[in-house]
Amino acid sequence: MRPFDPRLARYARSTVPYLATCVLLGALGAACVIAQSWLLAHAIATLTVPLLLLGVFALRALLSWAQEIAAHRSSAGVKAELREAVLKSAIDGETPPRSGSLAALVTRGVDALDPYFSRYLPQLVLAVIVPVSVLVVLFLADPGSAAIVAVTLPLIPIFGALIGTYTEARTKRQWRTLEALAGHFADVVSGLTTLKVFRRAEFQIKEIERVSGEHRKATMRSLRIAFMSSLALELAATLSVAIVAVSVGLRLVHGGMAFETALFVLILAPEAYLPLRLVGTHFHAAQEGLAAAEEIFSSLGGERPGPTAPAPRGTGAPRVDIRSLVVREGLAPATLTLEPGQTTALVGPSGAGKSSLVAALLGFTRPASGRIGVDGTDLAPETDWAAWREQIAWMPQSPYLFPGTVAENIAIAVPGASEKAVRAAAEATGVLGYTTLDAPLGEEGHGLSAGQAQRIALARVHLRCALLDVRLVLLDEPTAHLDPATELDLREALEPMTRDRTTLLITHRRALAAHADTIVECRPGPSLAAAGAGP
Amino acid sequence: MKGIGTRLALGALLGAATLICGIGLMATSGWLISRASQQPPVLYLMVAIVSVRAFGMGRAVLRYAERLVSHDAALRLLSRTRVRVFEKLIELAPGRLGASETLGLVVSGVDGTADRWLRARLPMASAALAGLAAVALQSWLLPPAGLVLLAGLLVGGIAAPWLAGRAAKRAAVREARGRDEMSALTAQTLRGLPELLAYGAAPGRLDQIRRADEELNRAAGRSAWSLGLATALTTLACCASVFGSLALAVPAARAGDLDVLLVAVLVLTPLAAFEAVTALSAGAQQLLRSRADDELLDRVLRAEPPVREPEAPGGEPEGTAITVHGLDVRWPDADEDALTGFDLDLPPGRKVALFGASGSGKSTLAAALLRFVEYRGSITLGGVELRDLPADRVRGLIGLCAQDAHVFDTTVAENIRLARPGASDEEVAGVMRRAGLDGLPPDRRVGEHGASVSGGERQRIALARALLADFPVLILDEPDAHLDVDTADRVLTDLLTAAGDRTVLLITHRPGIPGADPVLGHVDEVLTLVQGDSPETVAAAA
Repeated sequence: MRPFDPRLARYARSTVPYLATCVLLGALGAACVIAQSWLLAHAIATLTVPLLLLGVFALRALLSWAQEIAAHRSSAGVKAELREAVLKSAIDGETPPRSGSLAALVTRGVDALDPYFSRYLPQLVLAVIVPVSVLVVLFLADPGSAAIVAVTLPLIPIFGALIGTYTEARTKRQWRTLEALAGHFADVVSGLTTLKVFRRAEFQIKEIERVSGEHRKATMRSLRIAFMSSLALELAATLSVAIVAVSVGLRLVHGGMAFETALFVLILAPEAYLPLRLVGTHFHAAQEGLAAAEEIFSSLGGERPGPTAPAPRGTGAPRVDIRSLVVREGLAPATLTLEPGQTTALVGPSGAGKSSLVAALLGFTRPASGRIGVDGTDLAPETDWAAWREQIAWMPQSPYLFPGTVAENIAIAVPGASEKAVRAAAEATGVLGYTTLDAPLGEEGHGLSAGQAQRIALARVHLRCALLDVRLVLLDEPTAHLDPATELDLREALEPMTRDRTTLLITHRRALAAHADTIVECRPGPSLAAAGAGP
Repeated sequence: MKGIGTRLALGALLGAATLICGIGLMATSGWLISRASQQPPVLYLMVAIVSVRAFGMGRAVLRYAERLVSHDAALRLLSRTRVRVFEKLIELAPGRLGASETLGLVVSGVDGTADRWLRARLPMASAALAGLAAVALQSWLLPPAGLVLLAGLLVGGIAAPWLAGRAAKRAAVREARGRDEMSALTAQTLRGLPELLAYGAAPGRLDQIRRADEELNRAAGRSAWSLGLATALTTLACCASVFGSLALAVPAARAGDLDVLLVAVLVLTPLAAFEAVTALSAGAQQLLRSRADDELLDRVLRAEPPVREPEAPGGEPEGTAITVHGLDVRWPDADEDALTGFDLDLPPGRKVALFGASGSGKSTLAAALLRFVEYRGSITLGGVELRDLPADRVRGLIGLCAQDAHVFDTTVAENIRLARPGASDEEVAGVMRRAGLDGLPPDRRVGEHGASVSGGERQRIALARALLADFPVLILDEPDAHLDVDTADRVLTDLLTAAGDRTVLLITHRPGIPGADPVLGHVDEVLTLVQGDSPETVAAAA
């Protein structure tokens, strides 16, 4: 693993000033350590109490304070930038992403960078600056000790890397087992009610004991190796300090060295090893952070070029030609035409690709093959989808309601819509029959029945039709889960919106389909075929 | 399991010995060099030279032993905590702490047990011991220097972390609010992304998230300020004890009250004791942060079980007829009843569909029938009052196939066999067929929370499981909740057919319009639950 991913600096610009601050603080810190060691050696050798030492101590305290503030500030900044980058790429992306894993990545995944930024990175900078400056000073004070340190110091990263490569595959293999075992308790606890229903909960106690025991043994196996490497590093560091101490002592006895210099070397030498050892302790936290960063970067994908093809434009209802369109591998090609100003009903079992067809019309999925033409212009990946979507009013199968008021939920259909327009849309679709505009909605429309949620979605369509030049209306199961009376109401409310607009209606209700101009049967196997015209 | 305490103590002692070795290394080197500067015969230095090397070796080796011992002990403790908490959760679920969020917190709290010992309690104990050893050494050489080090350790190891903890707590409230808002906004944006894209509303949402992030940054900045102050205080306390020792040792040596050789020892010992102080401070912060987890586990372990087992069993139920009369149910910690004045008659073999909007108490009824929650009024099973039967006996007769039935991270067959561990492969294949799972290989792994099977398959696995258990009475609680319309219709119809001659109570939020719903042809009676009223019969099919 690389200790620093250069892509961090590319995606999160605040990384760069932070790195610079770390270097500055690290250099000041190194100077403090050297000054402190020299002052202490001088004080002990000459039996004086230098007041300058107080200044150095105060500076050290200030530096640690500054380090903490810089670390927190910058990690917050970097996290915000990464979050925005991920969300932006999700928004610009070709397909709306799987929301669950991405939400986890944007929140918890990005937060995993905290220890990396607040602990590991500053320590990494120190691990470069401090040993080098200490070595230079040691060389000036006593070349002999400097030679010992210079020879042993590189052993630490070299040992670390060697042992690391040797154990990496093994550790990785064991981590996988560990993860599976660690997940067991969470799995059993979340299934507790199910276990109780089947009277198997008591049995799981023994199972938890067994799995936890196995988990412990597997963990200890991998820890024995992991700790072995830090044992080697620690031994290298402490033995080197001991060698320096003894060699300095022996030279003192033979009068080859001044007491003050000897003390200085003794106090300073361990400081060269300390930052390197500390990097190791923060390594694990950093690994998690970098793994999260890796995941974030891979979700960002490459830079996507902006749209190069203009969206289909025109006045009045368009003709939409769908030719041998395969929306997903394995589905039969679909060929149908949405006539201008007419309503085409698409009926058929689930899994036949009806909703995927709507997704393809909106540019949410890239079809496997075939084409969609709008008044002669083909929709393609490079189409200016935002401009095309502006001409569409879409009602999804299960509309998502945002926590907020009813009015906010309707207004989202046309950003910046006036309150008057929102009220008119709510009134026309019967939303005001069961609620008020400023009534709050819970998570995912909690507190509303399916029909009431459906009406809010309908109000969104109404608002778009009223304020924008909507030419194409896409209705995906607008009456699913509704009783016949409500369905009739909705159908009447829909009528003015579909008039003089090209409309695609997906439904499994024959009664609703019967009102369309054309009914197209959709089967998983053979291609789509017009089944006959409605009244 | 008594060995855990001993192992933990051993870990703490080894940790203390490691730190003491570090202090010893510094102190003996200081003495060695001071003595060497007087140019004595080398032989006089041999003891010191050997000690320096021994302390160096000892520190590394003891650290290795300490880590192994304490990790092993902490993991043993984790295992014991898991068992204890699980035993308690068996009593509590799902009536108390049933929400998945709280359960998640409990799980992470339990998982944090090992960390709390490894990162907080053990290092703190080691640091305290080593710190006391350093104080003892200083006091022996020069009593006031011992006091200075003690004061430094107290300020750096206890006062500073306490300050940091208080600041962290205040900041945590502010930051938690910001972070919650942030996660909620993000989750909503991603969930509603298709709508936002289709309506061109995505950029506006992004601005909103950016503003929430800026708010979060400001909160983080404020907490960094006070956290930094605590860190600075720790550094200052350590530096002050070094300086204090120096300021005490130098005049004493000049006056001839102190051997000049010991000045280096007195100054270098607090410097080495730094390491212990850092551990104290980090440990104290970790403990403060995890206090909420400790409190949660404590609450769980002391919670009252939601139902009481009968003191004397009230006889054996005859048959499986269920009558419910004047049933009131209130969940623990709730302010009002979730179900009031409910009546229901469920003779053996009858299939009843119970419709009701969300919040009308449908799932509460299922919970009461399965003895997951206490009830008032009367429920009899085969003529015996439910609360007079052991809960396990009740669950042997009344089974539940719930909307949130859990599938465990193992194979399909193992998930089904859970209902009857001794069932043969043929029996498992049989119920899989009846539940419409012919297409799924029995040895397929379902993944975490059934991630690698579809929602419909997950529901069918739950059904196959309920069929294998062969409950005489089966409650189906919204088995179609997470399915699309067509699949829901198919699953429900299959469910009712597969149930055969068992009594079935189908609970659903579907509107229940006869004629509009193909499922209704398969039930004997359709009831609609309106909160506060007894169910009104909408239709009775043949």
